[in-house]
Amino acid sequence: MLSKTVAELAIALANKDVSSVELTQAYLDRIAQLNPTLNAYVTTTPDQALAQAAAADALRAAGKAGPLTGIPIAHKDIFCTRDVLTACGSRMLANFTAPYDACVVERLQAAGAVMLGKTNMDEFAMGSSNETSHFGPVQNPWDQTRVPGGSSGGSAAAVAADLCAMATGTDTGGSIRQPASFCGITGLKPTYGRVSRWGMIAFASSLDQAGPLSKSAEDAALMMNVIAGADARDSTCLDIPAEDFTAQLNQPLTGLRIGLPREHFSDGLSTQVQEILQLAISKLESLGATFRDIDLPNNHLSVPAYYVIAPAEASANLSRFDGARFGYRCENPVNLEDMYKRSRGEGFGDEVKRRIMVGTYALSAGYYDAYYKKAQKIRRLIKEDFDTAFHDVDLILGPTSPHTAFKLGEKNSDPVTMYLEDIYTIAVNLAGLPGISLPAGLLNGLPIGMQLVGPALSESRLLNVAHQFQLHTDWHTQRPEV
Amino acid sequence: MTWETVIGLEVHVQLATNSKLFSGSSTNFGAEPNTQASLYDLAMPGTLPVMNEEVLRMAVSFGLAVDAEIGKRSVFDRKNYFYPDLPKGYQISQLDFPTVGRGSLKIQLEDGSEKVIAITRAHIEEDAGKSLHEDFQGMSGIDLNRAGTPLLEIVSDPDLRNAKEAVAYLKKLHSIILYLGISDGNMAQGSMRCDANVSIRKKGDTEFGTRTEIKNVNSFRFVEKAINYEVQRQIELLEDGGRVVQETRLYDSDKDETRSMRSKEVANDYRYFPEPDLLPVVIDDAFIDAVRATLPELPGARCQRFIKQYGLSEYDADVLVSSRDMAEYFEAVVELCGDAKLSANWVSADLLGLLNKQDLTISESPISPQALGILISRIKDNTISGKIAKTVFEALSEGEADVDAIIEARGLKQVTDTGAIEKLVEDVIAANPDQVAQYRGGKEAVFGFFVGQAMKLSKGKANPAQLNELLRKKLSA
Repeated sequence: MLSKTVAELAIALANKDVSSVELTQAYLDRIAQLNPTLNAYVTTTPDQALAQAAAADALRAAGKAGPLTGIPIAHKDIFCTRDVLTACGSRMLANFTAPYDACVVERLQAAGAVMLGKTNMDEFAMGSSNETSHFGPVQNPWDQTRVPGGSSGGSAAAVAADLCAMATGTDTGGSIRQPASFCGITGLKPTYGRVSRWGMIAFASSLDQAGPLSKSAEDAALMMNVIAGADARDSTCLDIPAEDFTAQLNQPLTGLRIGLPREHFSDGLSTQVQEILQLAISKLESLGATFRDIDLPNNHLSVPAYYVIAPAEASANLSRFDGARFGYRCENPVNLEDMYKRSRGEGFGDEVKRRIMVGTYALSAGYYDAYYKKAQKIRRLIKEDFDTAFHDVDLILGPTSPHTAFKLGEKNSDPVTMYLEDIYTIAVNLAGLPGISLPAGLLNGLPIGMQLVGPALSESRLLNVAHQFQLHTDWHTQRPEV
Repeated sequence: MTWETVIGLEVHVQLATNSKLFSGSSTNFGAEPNTQASLYDLAMPGTLPVMNEEVLRMAVSFGLAVDAEIGKRSVFDRKNYFYPDLPKGYQISQLDFPTVGRGSLKIQLEDGSEKVIAITRAHIEEDAGKSLHEDFQGMSGIDLNRAGTPLLEIVSDPDLRNAKEAVAYLKKLHSIILYLGISDGNMAQGSMRCDANVSIRKKGDTEFGTRTEIKNVNSFRFVEKAINYEVQRQIELLEDGGRVVQETRLYDSDKDETRSMRSKEVANDYRYFPEPDLLPVVIDDAFIDAVRATLPELPGARCQRFIKQYGLSEYDADVLVSSRDMAEYFEAVVELCGDAKLSANWVSADLLGLLNKQDLTISESPISPQALGILISRIKDNTISGKIAKTVFEALSEGEADVDAIIEARGLKQVTDTGAIEKLVEDVIAANPDQVAQYRGGKEAVFGFFVGQAMKLSKGKANPAQLNELLRKKLSA
């Protein structure tokens, strides 16, 4: 039962095969059993979850159930939750409880979803392995000596290990798609502005976007139906009419034109991963899609540009964590400067401090033009590359990550190696586009994800293609034995 | 050595919106600390700014009032620095693309000539909170009620050449802001704050000298005193062979001196960059036209109208339009009494004199425009003389409100009965035979004496025109 998709669970609930309380209790039991080793959750909220489940069952009895009513889910610990700790993977916020719910949390709760708890993540979403978390690394359910990816590593591991039906995540440079790839699940990063950022702790405001991590593209569509849409509290949230993301799921792929970026299938990618992707391509061809090679000539500049822009924004976004009003404050500060220095010095981990320093440097007088301004120029070029490509193709397909999940500790010593993890995903954030990662095969028993990228607001099409692929393959139904 | 003073002003005007620049909190002054601070004002994680459109309307109306270029696309930036009353660790401001671009303001100099002062720009930004250092032993308190209140920072070119010009510019700005109704302009409460950049140079030099910035001076008088002090300090420094250090200085009004606050030589690096939480503000012509349509008549235009419509002198018109309240007061008086000239005299001389003496603004005037209008009407319809009117005015200033009741109660009504005046004239002629002889002997100057005597006898109530006429008639008889 726990490995079912949300769509399947909704049917089970509707048929009274199971109640939401029973389902919730079953997930809670599995969490109690597996989380001590997997470390996917940092906070569980059993009492609240069972109360929500009972309320959902009552709603259903009253004939008022929607598609997500009573479905047990998890939230990445970057989303503020009223009266429940929101630590954002950091010592800085280890004691922080927000008096409000993030927009995403609010909407899912209003849709009747049950919150099981908050999932582990890289500190302030800065990492690609979940190893920068103050609360310890998460184990990949497919191989507990490996990382789940990051920064939404806890959410990805929880979905893969059936510790929830689906989960929320955020993606600033690949933080939904890369862990989805490493954990063999589906992860959608929506168009920038699709989902309100209100109540989501900011890493890099112009790149951050919330989205679903789920067991199928159909489930991702179900979550998108709830979380997407205008929110007056976020000025960057697009004011566009609501959309039914499930409406196009069953559209045939005939006539679909897909581009294969030469840059994504070159030196950096192993032949084994190429072969797996080739099989997926053949499958899509058999479903009516046509393929052609395209160029994204500035893709190689995306990682350096990102590592100027994201840290620059982060350096300001994280200034509010100063020990004055909430969060960590050092013991016995002797004066204001001491309070700032020690609260931040002790409250933030190494990777966060590294990025604050990089960002501060990039914005400094005399360096601004050479770094920040130049990075913004590159950002425009990258966006133009995509615009040009979408003249000829509907979507772009490539690997999500160059490889399968790596070993815990393997890439800790060199930050740049870690930064290159996001080589295929980062450009999508810089261009503000939607991208989805879905399982495309297994390599040595570990999942390999493929990424589909579309023009702005093409989520329905991405979900359609992913769903059609999943109707004709079973990679997404493969589960690790935990 | 002759020195020339160079002054540029940065004026922060608190815009009179109901809610803050980026949050829905109230902007009322004087509430209990931290009762007007929302989640956003506290910089709680995940909260985001939402632009208050009223602020934009106010900024654009100011821009139009000073003939400035309006930024069709203005961009908010983050100005980064750590301070406890700045909860986000950055202030949202506008650096390269302000809402209001170059404009200008005409000021009147003491010699009556005019000077145009260039306005460099005016940008929108949020105010900080307040640090409270008293009442907290060994600690500081933070009040975030003011944090996020919208400010318009108006920057002038260094066009001002002495403290008087600086004050004239400030007063003109103040007047425009009140005309527009975009701020209460209350300097004592900090709704209008002035930073003055002051430097001196040898007369004839084209390069500017090193400047100091005097922060947060909170009255016109203090601006003048602070600048004069600072200029004198810089002159003495340079003449003694020293040099001016670029720094921020604070004006101490108790000691009438400026003193160093912090050195700006190690310039603060604010690491400005575009605010990613807000989209650029795009303004179209329709918006500008809509704002233009709501603009009130501004001092310059109103002055010209007063000259044309009421036949006032330029001086009178200028005094009357110096504040919107005064101009409106004047027009209310004219409407009632129908005599612009008399109204102008009474408002600009008698009423202003009274207000100055009691240190009141026109909106606090103890005499309503209605009362003054009726008073002037009573002069015009010969109920009272202009002289007696001063007595009524005094009664009004002391709190009485009904002009006719005052006249009635004190028997101030003018005597217009020809018989009664004739009797007065006869009495005066009978009592002063010597002067009558002089007058009849050709010494016409004595006429005034008879007028004075007759007036005195009537306790000032005789109608002057009738009295003159009858006197002449009787004396020539």
